[in-house]
Amino acid sequence: MNRIAVQMLTGDSVKYTGLIFGIAFATLLMTQQISIFVGIMGRTASQVADFRDSDLWVMDNRTRFIDEAPVIPDSDLQRIRGVTGVEWAVPLHNSQVAARLPDGNYRALILLGLDDATLVGAPEKMVAGMQGDLRQPDAVIIDKAGYEYMWPGQPFELGKELEINDHRARLVGICEASQPFTTLPILYTRFSTALSFNQQKRSAMNFVLAKAATGVPVEEVCRRISAETGLLALSNRDFFWKTISYFLSSTGIPVNFGITIMLGFIVGAAITGQTFYLFTIENLKQFGALKAMGVTNGGILRMIMLQALIVGLIGYGIGIGLTAAFFRATSNITHLAGLYMNPWAAGGVAVAVLLIILATSVLASLKVLFLEPAMVFRG
Amino acid sequence: MGTNIFSGTAGAIDTAWHPPGSGPAPAVSVRDVTKSFVSGDSRTVALDGVTVDVMPGEMTLLVGPSGCGKTTLISIIAGLLNPTAGEVEVLGQRLDRMSGSQLVRFRARQIGFVFQQYNLLPALTAAENVSIPLILLGTPRRIALQRSNELLAAMGLADRIHARPNQLSGGQQQRVAIARALVHSPRLLVCDEPTAALDANSGQTVLQLLARVAVQPDRAVIVVTHDNRIFRYGQRIITMNDGRIESVSGLQVTNSLR
Repeated sequence: MNRIAVQMLTGDSVKYTGLIFGIAFATLLMTQQISIFVGIMGRTASQVADFRDSDLWVMDNRTRFIDEAPVIPDSDLQRIRGVTGVEWAVPLHNSQVAARLPDGNYRALILLGLDDATLVGAPEKMVAGMQGDLRQPDAVIIDKAGYEYMWPGQPFELGKELEINDHRARLVGICEASQPFTTLPILYTRFSTALSFNQQKRSAMNFVLAKAATGVPVEEVCRRISAETGLLALSNRDFFWKTISYFLSSTGIPVNFGITIMLGFIVGAAITGQTFYLFTIENLKQFGALKAMGVTNGGILRMIMLQALIVGLIGYGIGIGLTAAFFRATSNITHLAGLYMNPWAAGGVAVAVLLIILATSVLASLKVLFLEPAMVFRG
Repeated sequence: MGTNIFSGTAGAIDTAWHPPGSGPAPAVSVRDVTKSFVSGDSRTVALDGVTVDVMPGEMTLLVGPSGCGKTTLISIIAGLLNPTAGEVEVLGQRLDRMSGSQLVRFRARQIGFVFQQYNLLPALTAAENVSIPLILLGTPRRIALQRSNELLAAMGLADRIHARPNQLSGGQQQRVAIARALVHSPRLLVCDEPTAALDANSGQTVLQLLARVAVQPDRAVIVVTHDNRIFRYGQRIITMNDGRIESVSGLQVTNSLR
C-alpha cells in the first residue's frame, strides 16, 4: 500500500507542491534566522574569541561586556602579575574612536591597544603587512572588512593614513579578524600608541590578558586574582558567554529573532497542516473505500505517515538547500561574512519539521481513523 | 484462457431457484436484526427485526424508499456496521463472533464493493485501482496488475487500463469499480446504487455487465437500487419499508441475462 500512498500524494501535483513549499519555506525561514541569530550572537563576543594567546581576562567588576569595560589602574597590572599561578599578564586597551579620512569623512572604529613589548593579541592571519610592523611609529593594522568599509572598492594598499584625535595613524597591515557585532572596523595598534590616539596621559587599560602557569587550572587562577585584587577575572570561555549573555538579556535581538523563528514555525506548520489536512479530508471517501475493502486502521495510519514523511523529507531538503545557497551567495558580502548555516540550527529545524509533520499527520489521521467505513455507502 | 476470470472458486453449485429450506445454504442469513442510532436524546430505529436470506448464484435487489434502511442493512451484511440486536451470518461465518481484525480480513478476502460514487483513487490508473484488493491480499504488484488488465479487457476497457478516473466516463468508471470489486473473486458482492450516478444507457450497460460477470454459482450479489428499470436483472427482489422487510419476491432465473 506504500506505493498507493505515494501515488495518492503525488497525484495531486498542486497540493503536493503546496505541502512541500510549506515545509521548505518553514525550513528556510527557521534555519536561516537561527543561523543568523547564532552568528550575530557570536559576533558580540568575536573579539574575545580572537584573543587566543591568553587564558583569561581581568577587568573591572562592573564590566558587562567587552565594549563596556571601565578603565582600571595601571597598578593592577603589577598586582595581577604577582598572583601565584599567573605565568604572564599584559595590558589591553579597547575603545571606540572616530577616525578622519583624507577626504574629510569620519568613520567610527574599534581601537585595540596591544602590549608594546609582546604584542599579545595581535592578529594571527595577515592579508598584507606583518604583525611586527606595529612597532613602527603611529602604526595601525586594520581588519579586511574594515578596510573595505573605509576604502570601498580600493585594492589593498599599505601606507594609507588616518587622523585620530589629531594624531596621524599609518596603515602597516591588513588582517583577517572576526566581524564584531557593531560591524565597525577594528584597528590594532600598540598600547602606547592607543594612549596617544585617545589623548590620555594616564592609563587607558580596560583589560589585563593573562596566562595561567602550566599545571594550574585557569578557573583557579581566576579565583585567586579576584580574591587578591578585587577585580573580575574570567576565563576566555566565561567572558565569551558573559558577553553573549549580556546581549541576550539586555537587547531585543533574541526576542526579534525569536518572533521571526516562531513565525516561520507557525506559518510552515499552518501551510503544511492545513494543506495536508485538506488533502486527507478530500480523500476521505477514498480512505473510507479502502477501509471498507479491508485496509486496517494501522494500514491507513502508515499510509498517511508515509505521505507526511515524504513531504517532510523533500521539503526539509529543499529548505536546507535554499538556506545553504543563501549563505553561499552572501559569503562574499563583507558584512555578512562569517555567517553560515549552523549545523545545530539545521538539526533543530529537522526536529521542528518532524514535529510539524507528526502533528499534521496525526491530526489528519484522526479523521480517517474514526471514519465509519459504512459512510462510503452514503452517496 | 481456460479459466473463468470472473469466478474464483467456481464449482458445481446448484444455480436454480429453490424454495426456502429445500436448496443450498444461503450466502447471507440475517436473523431478527435491529439497528438503532442514538443522537442526543433521540433514538432512530433504522432496522426493526429484519430477517432475510440472500442466496448464492443470484442477484438480489434491495429496494424501497429513501430512509427505509437499505443502506444500513447492506452495511451490516458487509460487516461495516454492527447490529444493535440479532444475528448475521455471511458465507457461513457469524460476523458478531469475529474480532475487528478478523472482520477486516474477511471483508478483504470475501466481499467486493461497488459504490454509488465509484470511489476510485484519482491518482491511480484504472488497472492500478482494480489491483488494490489483490495487493491488499498480498498478491505481487506485477501479477495483480496483470490480472487487473485481463479483467478490464474482459469488461471492454482494454484500451483504458492506463487511464485515470478523470479520463473515464461515468459508465467506464463504474465498470472499473465493478472490476475492482470482482478482481479478487469475492463470494459476496455488495453494490450500492450502482446506476444512480449514470444515465439510462450507461446504467443498463453496467447492470448487464453485473448480471453477466458478477453473478456466479458460488457468489451472491446484493444490489441496493431505486431504479425500477433494472429490476428485471434481479433473481430476487427484497422490498423494504420503514426498517422492515415488506416483501420478498423471487423471479425465475433467465439465463439470457447471465
